Amino acid sequence: MSDYIISIRELTKCFGDFTAVNRISFDVKRGEIFGFLGANGAGKTTAMRMLCGLSFPTSGSGTVAGFDVMREGEQIKRHIGYMSQRFSLYNDLTVWENIRLFAGIYGLSKAETAVRATEALKRLNFTSERNTLVGSLPLGWKQKLSFAVATIHRPEVVFLDEPTGGVDPITRRQFWEMIYEAANSGTTIFVTTHYMDEAEYCTRVSIMVDGEVRALDTPARLKEQFAAESMDEVFRILARGAKRGG
Amino acid sequence: MKHNFLSFVKKESLHILRDVRTMMIVLLIPVVLMILFGFAISTEVNNLNVAIVAPNRTEGVRQVVERLTNNPYFTVVDYDSSIDIDKVLRSGKADAVVVFAEDYEHVIAQRAEGIDTHPTIQFIFDASNTNIAQTGAAYLQNVVSADHSQQELLNLHLLYNPQMKSAYNFVPGIMGLIFILICAMMTSVSIVREKEMGTMETLLVSPVRPIKIIFAKMIPYFVISCINLATILLIAHYLLDVPMSGGLGGIITISLIYLILALALGLLVSTLASSQVVALLISAMVMLLPMMMLSGMVFPIENLPTVLHPLPYIVPARWYIEAIRKMMIMGLPLSAVIKEVLILIFMTFVLMGVSLKKFKDKLE
Amino acid sequence: MSAIKVENISKSFGKVKALDHISFEVERGELFGLIGPDGAGKTTLFRLLTTLLNPDEGRAEVDGFDIVKDYHAIRERVGYMPGQFSLYQDLTVEENLNFFAALFGVKVEDSYDLIAPIYHQIEPFKKRRAGKLSGGMKQKLALSCALIHRPSVLFLDEPTTGVDAVSRSEFWDMLEDIKQRGITVLVSTPYMDEASRCDRVALCNEGRILGIDTPTDIVAKYDSSLYSVRADNMYQLLLATRKATGVAECYPFGETHHLIADAKFDIEQFKGELADIKGLYIEPAEPTIEDMFIKLMKQ
Repeated sequence: MSDYIISIRELTKCFGDFTAVNRISFDVKRGEIFGFLGANGAGKTTAMRMLCGLSFPTSGSGTVAGFDVMREGEQIKRHIGYMSQRFSLYNDLTVWENIRLFAGIYGLSKAETAVRATEALKRLNFTSERNTLVGSLPLGWKQKLSFAVATIHRPEVVFLDEPTGGVDPITRRQFWEMIYEAANSGTTIFVTTHYMDEAEYCTRVSIMVDGEVRALDTPARLKEQFAAESMDEVFRILARGAKRGG
Repeated sequence: MKHNFLSFVKKESLHILRDVRTMMIVLLIPVVLMILFGFAISTEVNNLNVAIVAPNRTEGVRQVVERLTNNPYFTVVDYDSSIDIDKVLRSGKADAVVVFAEDYEHVIAQRAEGIDTHPTIQFIFDASNTNIAQTGAAYLQNVVSADHSQQELLNLHLLYNPQMKSAYNFVPGIMGLIFILICAMMTSVSIVREKEMGTMETLLVSPVRPIKIIFAKMIPYFVISCINLATILLIAHYLLDVPMSGGLGGIITISLIYLILALALGLLVSTLASSQVVALLISAMVMLLPMMMLSGMVFPIENLPTVLHPLPYIVPARWYIEAIRKMMIMGLPLSAVIKEVLILIFMTFVLMGVSLKKFKDKLE
Repeated sequence: MSAIKVENISKSFGKVKALDHISFEVERGELFGLIGPDGAGKTTLFRLLTTLLNPDEGRAEVDGFDIVKDYHAIRERVGYMPGQFSLYQDLTVEENLNFFAALFGVKVEDSYDLIAPIYHQIEPFKKRRAGKLSGGMKQKLALSCALIHRPSVLFLDEPTTGVDAVSRSEFWDMLEDIKQRGITVLVSTPYMDEASRCDRVALCNEGRILGIDTPTDIVAKYDSSLYSVRADNMYQLLLATRKATGVAECYPFGETHHLIADAKFDIEQFKGELADIKGLYIEPAEPTIEDMFIKLMKQ
């Protein structure tokens, strides 16, 4: 098994004559928390879709969880976890029904589902909310639950797209503790965020500008490299030169 | 402060023009429906295959056969003194069989003298298609007994639409349907879209009374409906040969009243619905379906179960369709449908009043 | 007279109490921030003040007018940018602007000086449909439309949510400029770090206001002793710190963890207890708005 869970080279995606993602290359180590930052319109979402097997790259090569991003999109989807800010759970189903549904989608057996779901609810202190409709939960709870659901099949890598947008500061931290815990037990985390303090929580951070990865290193070394006090400043220095978006 | 009403109308027109696909559908619906109902889905009797059984080929029988042969709606496929009726019908060779009694000539003669006798002609129909059987039977009866010098078995006359051309029946129905579809459904959806997109919030937080914007929204749909009205009338007159002998002015007048009524209905739906899907569902399930069922468009109102008899009275389309039928097909002038016109005007005022009262310029 | 005056306002939706007896005032020409997470009741408050909803209890005034009785007067003089992008995606930039001008009965030229600094940046794309603009440009167009009638009070509901840090900071520069022209601005945001851009802020959570003050004074009221700790393995550090003597609380805070110490805390003892943590570093920390928010939330 390779040390890298994600390894991509010169990955490119064009829409017509517009190059959304321009030859990006990087490796993500197993168990890392990899922060994927970028300005609006920098191509983050497009890049993430390719890595999740949702769209095929125009050119380049790479593997995610051991599968080829150019050909094995279906395999990739089955072996990763994915959670987005917008759609993650069904509001009109209960907590338990949601877990059971997603466990079924990922092909867990009934017995396995019961064990893991109970375990997940216990870890979240959600046992009493088992039969509550997800729609009536506060946003922060929903996001924690989505994370539990996205990792119910114990994927090697989980992609989180702005998981903490609009969540209160306490729940946001609880969320990050869940991420730490998952990373500590070997799951690789690939996460995007607009909160710059969260960039500091990552093992390594990449910053995309105009479809290219302009910086990639640990937060400490990035700050050193750009002579900046915080990741916020690093981000500003890089994103200010952006031609797209704004 | 003078708010430029025209610029609101312009904005609404832009929305419609930008959505080319929807606009084309809206403009083509009437054409497609008219052609579909007028030609393809015809309930009229056309090319009815008739087999004739006559044990004695007398002069009287010969006359009837001649009339059937000469009628463009019938084709005589068999003419014999005895036929296996069941086989002919089952094989689909004939849709109907006309059987003359052995003493046909004798009975006709007796009847001329005023003596009441037993029936002399039997119609046997393949009623697997009830529509053909019903209209066919009526028309066939009409043709067979068309000779007025003879005393008839049944004195049946079909007035106004003697060939029972289905286009005649469907044109008023289609008009009743299309204007609800376009005016009511499209306006309600476009108002609710503003709610769904959140633009309604910005509109409400402005000095313009939102109702003004709503009226501006109705105008382009009113214009589109007028275009549709013209299309329908042209197709009806030139393609389907609907006579419209009651006068075009009357038909247009009552149609315009009906259009405004439909717009009011759309506004009412928009006050009830919070999403475009709900607006569509209300329009389709609560307005279109009952309208088709209860307006006499598809089923005769008289055929409804007694409990439902009061219902058609509150369906606007029923009154409109009835008035249009009277003017288009019976050739009556506008003055003959005053009752319907007044009822429609009354309904328009009630609907407008209710929906304006229900329309809130707040979010709840 | 204050630009906005809210007295003891409550609003419920079914069983959910969106606003629970809220009171505050915003001075004329102030840039006032409502800071809090989703579900704090910020949007409901905006809808009340823009007269889209009526309160269950309490009263409020905008520009001296009552939000229930004089709502037409208020609609004449406020600008509102809802949280959801609420322009017509199928109309062009220019058409949107013209429509909003017509809506308020003004001419674009008459307000051009006010919107120019913002509109100028999107003017090259004025023939483009609003739906095809990037997030940042949409926001600028929405702001131009909200300003077209020279409102005296501007309401902006989460204008920076989901926007990257650089665009966010540019947006705050624009608000600063609008404020300089004498327009009162009430703005909400879930990002705590944006508090420093406001004259005064109200920290909101679950329908209540936790505190109102200038950003500096809010932080000045923080009375716990706060440290920041760092180590090679941050997660291990977090778990260990929580078990240490005299630690009331410890939570991740950017590149460090923040540690709230109680009376029993002693730095040397702490270092001793965590001797096996590699790269341990601890120093007193300056509290931020976010520390204060967390503290107030827990009370």
